Amino acid sequence: MTRPAMATPSLPLPTLGYRSVTGLFVLIAIVALALSDLAVSALNPWAEMRRLVAGLLRPDLLSIEMMSVVWTVAFAVLGVAIGASAGFLFALVFARLRAVRLLCAFLRSVHELFWALLLIQIAGLSPTTGILAVAIPYSGIFAKVFAEMIEEADLAAERVLPAGTSTIARFAYARIPELAPQFWTYTLYRLECGMRSTLVLGFVGLPTIGFHLDSFFKQGHYAQAAALLLAFYVLIGTRRLWARPATIPILIVVSLLVLPEAIGGGSALANLVRFVTHDIVPTPLRGADLLAVTTWVNAAIWLWPILTQQAAPGVIQTLLLSQVALVAMGAIALVLFPLICRRFAGRAGQLLGRVALVVVRSTPEYMLVYVLLQLLGPSMLPAIIALSLHNGAIVGYLMGRHADALEYRPDAPRGVNLYCYETVPRLYGQFLAYALYRWEIMLRESAIFGILGVATLGYYVDAAISEFRLDVAVVLILVTALLSMTVDAFSRSLRRRLRIDTMPTRLSEAPSGAPIGRAIGEEKLACKA
Amino acid sequence: MPALVELRKASAGYGGLPVLHDIDLTINIGERVAVMGRSGAGKSTLLNLLHARLAERVALIPQAAALVKTLSVFHNVYMGRLDRHPTWYNLRTLAWPARREVTEVERTLELVGLADKLFERAGTLSGGQQQRASVARALYNERPIVIGDEPVSALDRRQGAEILGKLCGRHDTAILAMHDIPLALAHADRLVVIDEGRIALDAPARTVTAVDLVPYYGG
Repeated sequence: MTRPAMATPSLPLPTLGYRSVTGLFVLIAIVALALSDLAVSALNPWAEMRRLVAGLLRPDLLSIEMMSVVWTVAFAVLGVAIGASAGFLFALVFARLRAVRLLCAFLRSVHELFWALLLIQIAGLSPTTGILAVAIPYSGIFAKVFAEMIEEADLAAERVLPAGTSTIARFAYARIPELAPQFWTYTLYRLECGMRSTLVLGFVGLPTIGFHLDSFFKQGHYAQAAALLLAFYVLIGTRRLWARPATIPILIVVSLLVLPEAIGGGSALANLVRFVTHDIVPTPLRGADLLAVTTWVNAAIWLWPILTQQAAPGVIQTLLLSQVALVAMGAIALVLFPLICRRFAGRAGQLLGRVALVVVRSTPEYMLVYVLLQLLGPSMLPAIIALSLHNGAIVGYLMGRHADALEYRPDAPRGVNLYCYETVPRLYGQFLAYALYRWEIMLRESAIFGILGVATLGYYVDAAISEFRLDVAVVLILVTALLSMTVDAFSRSLRRRLRIDTMPTRLSEAPSGAPIGRAIGEEKLACKA
Repeated sequence: MPALVELRKASAGYGGLPVLHDIDLTINIGERVAVMGRSGAGKSTLLNLLHARLAERVALIPQAAALVKTLSVFHNVYMGRLDRHPTWYNLRTLAWPARREVTEVERTLELVGLADKLFERAGTLSGGQQQRASVARALYNERPIVIGDEPVSALDRRQGAEILGKLCGRHDTAILAMHDIPLALAHADRLVVIDEGRIALDAPARTVTAVDLVPYYGG
């Protein structure tokens, strides 16, 4: 399938409204759905599902492997700390240096799991791998977000500084105090994402929670798996209590002290040299005469089948998956958000919504796909379900918060009428901003799910690595990065064109839910007549 | 004249902060009341209080035009009657409005001079046009009482007079907050002036002259 919309981002389209964009995406998703493999091949999915639910309802708390939980946190703390520090330095020159912007775009376009698969070749199954797999892509993300915050900062204080003030003093006095709270909020929020990432790293062999989940799920020990997941939810749910600016130094020191020993690998430096000078160099170029024409002809002959037989089908499947999941995500979000909105569901619904969100957003999509694949058999269906549920819940939650912050006129309609005539039309731009922002995130996840057996790009990357053809793996990872950067750029231009590019898109900046400005609704009027 | 609503020693406020004190006010069916006073005096609070009492019978024109900017003018006006149609019909109207509704909304928009904007997005209208669309929604609503919070503040005096005439013609009872003294004197038959949260003047419009009102506008 081609992407008709992608071909024409720079042409002036006369009427690009919310409606036409929505219609276009839905149309693409329907075509993609028709082309996708959605078969349920498991023989008896319901029996296994029942065993799963029964196990999840009776978590075996005594079986929790404590060290795996500790290491999950430790890798995340150190990975996020390094990523945030590097990202901060990048952010200082982000606006000025195009090279830094490109580097950061590349770093964040490659998923943590791909970084981990490459790093394992250098540092083995070691803490270094676990920490850097998070730190590298996160530094790219931090750089971009921090740079955006710096750009949007209120510069009133800076303008009154005396003319001769040095750049560093200027920054320290007028910018840092303004920005520090935002930086902290975002970094601590990212710690949560970091823990989800390090959990998943266990599925490729690092000693985090995912490692044990993998074996528990494989053996059908669902009660043990449930206990581990529960521990993880508690960690995420209480994050605000234990991860604060004051506790971060302690967390970092403790994390360093508890790191596990590396397994195998030998000298990392020797491995790194071998990796860079031999492993990832395309086979026809290794030790060949780089000035000879035949060398490059051979390289082209080597590259062509990789692109046509692996990259192309991988790209197509990745796009099919992400386009279907994106639209399904939107539908789920629009149906879910009234359920957590005070106006529609009342206080009880709101509380329930918060709990549901913590559970859904803490459950890594990767693990959800893994479980669903075991239940339903290999096809695109599990990946679509997992991706759309996870992201739909996040966007639904955010939309609910926005809906709570809306002020309606005192004579506004109720129920379905309110939803259709006021709430959705007023929030639709914001909804599209969230959906288009998550598009790129969902694409990256779609590629990764290949490692689990769905035929997306990750499938070919994983196959190449297990055959120890790292040169092929690197080519495929570069293709993935390129695809994700293209979608990111396209999503950005679409948001600009729809004039929704300045709306909030990050989960960390969710509105508080309190109505903005003075309340005028009659329910707010303390009437003592 | 039968009483429509009666307030006795009523007070109201926001978040514990009192805005209105000791309000004694009876409004009768068929009256055209202009609520006047400087900004912050408590006019909007009084209107909210009356609206809370009369809710089901009121066509409301809130202070900010309160249009859904992403929907067309047609849909914004149609909203005035959402409660009178079954939900499935309202959903259908969102996508494919029936000829009948379009004609009727168009006729209402003609009254406020906006018929040519029928299917334009409300967000593209100017401030004055938005206010007229908001008035059209109340006219289309066709309930017996209209409560309007500065319904013509963004219009010039001639347009304002025209719109006020339409409002008073369509609804039995009108309670309108206003700041334009000549307009109020011309269209209302009773003036209620609020000053610092209390009723400072309550008299038939024909007994009041513009000069009498000047003290309440800080002039």
